[in-house]
Amino acid sequence: MTRYYTEDHEWIEVDGDLATVGITDYAQGQLGDIVFAEVPAVGSTLNKGGDAAVVESVKAASDVYAPVTGTVTQGNDALEADPALVNSDPEGEGWFFKLTLSDSGELDSLMNETAYKAFVASL
Amino acid sequence: MMSDDEIEQPELPAEELPLGDWHRAHGARMVEFAGYHMPIQYEGIMAEHAWTRENAGLFDVSHMGQLMLSGEHTAEALEAIVPGDISALKEGRMRYSLLLAEDGGILDDLMITAAPMGLYLVVNGAVKWDDISYLRDRLPDEITINHMDDRALLALQGPKAVDALRRVVPGVDALYFMEASSYLWGHEPLWISRSGYTGEDGFEISVPAEHVAAFADALCAQPEVKPIGLGARDSLRLEAGLPLYGHDLDDRIDPVQADLSFAISKRRREEGGFTGAGRILGALAGGAPNKRVGFTVEGRMPVREGAPIFAGDTQIGVMTSGGFAPTIDAPIAMGYVETTYAMHGTALEAEVRGKRVPVKVAAMPFVPHRYHRRGQVIQKGTPA
Repeated sequence: MTRYYTEDHEWIEVDGDLATVGITDYAQGQLGDIVFAEVPAVGSTLNKGGDAAVVESVKAASDVYAPVTGTVTQGNDALEADPALVNSDPEGEGWFFKLTLSDSGELDSLMNETAYKAFVASL
Repeated sequence: MMSDDEIEQPELPAEELPLGDWHRAHGARMVEFAGYHMPIQYEGIMAEHAWTRENAGLFDVSHMGQLMLSGEHTAEALEAIVPGDISALKEGRMRYSLLLAEDGGILDDLMITAAPMGLYLVVNGAVKWDDISYLRDRLPDEITINHMDDRALLALQGPKAVDALRRVVPGVDALYFMEASSYLWGHEPLWISRSGYTGEDGFEISVPAEHVAAFADALCAQPEVKPIGLGARDSLRLEAGLPLYGHDLDDRIDPVQADLSFAISKRRREEGGFTGAGRILGALAGGAPNKRVGFTVEGRMPVREGAPIFAGDTQIGVMTSGGFAPTIDAPIAMGYVETTYAMHGTALEAEVRGKRVPVKVAAMPFVPHRYHRRGQVIQKGTPA
């Protein structure tokens, strides 16, 4: 399994043509206390860079974008009851959705962990 | 991932306030607000919100404008542009009031205190320069307007604010809600009022800018006190049902629409003689077309500023503030609806990202005010 990152602070962990998407620890730290998360419906088609999910902190709503194009196979239902999972375990239990990749070539444009860490350090 | 609030671009570079470095040293995340670098949060909005409701939170509100109006007949002159009975204000008493445009629209909401030197005004930071020029235009030349930008302004809010502040500034516990007086901290003059913007008991303290960092340290050395950012200030005031200028109030809205008729004193209703009196007295007599109300929200999804409000297929209003209420553990909102729909309990719908969310008109405040009012029976030792 390989994990990639976007400049919009999403992570995507890829296992064959299946992937899990969430937001990074840096992102949850910037957002602060998460009070609501809306995940995409199973079967919906997401386009790379398009709106995929919504995460709301006390002060604002933010969009989560799709790191790659694909079809949603599962949303994280646990976030409905406990949106604070995004704060406490953003890169684990606080994942947002799973999807099947349409074009694994899109992954080439994403950052690996080292590159993402350097990117965050530059902010 | 992109926050809605990252889109706003300031017109001018943000300025530094006296406590800027103090906030950074205390771990604040800074944002630009009202033209200044301000702390949005320290440890987190939820924790800071709860701390203020249970203990005492220290807020830096130095972005607000502190003005001193002095000269002959200042109260009478100010009454031409605000609807309060300012002439009747005794020294050491304060009143919430509204700066009114010619057409009755609200230019700002403000606090007016009768101080020994004159009338002390605290106005909103985002519009203070417009307020000052409006006051200069409208007040007679004999009245001096001193913009006290050499003073910082702190608010200490919460049920334990009095315990903490009286240790640092003995005697402040003698003040009641909406009263103010001068005090000394060492050799430094403080102007302290028992007032605030959270719905809790608390104080607002005007401090010479060069001493505010030391004073803030003295307050934070008290076990009840932690610094609190603008994020919790907003969630606290929303729970208290208090409007925020530029969001819930603006120059298109008159005081009756804003449900702030209490700010129009009895004598002024009878005599008129303030800007916009025609529209405002008309609305008092005949009703306003729409009204500011509070909302409870079904479910967990916050309904925020700008969300349209529907009765069936017809849009009958818009939300002007909204978010998650930590004390209530649910979303709440504030907005304007056509007066027909303003009754408490009216079931309506708001639209968020194309989806309808059930909302219900609710009484405000959402969280009861706990002011230390004069003449109130205090039941010592009784659990709240």
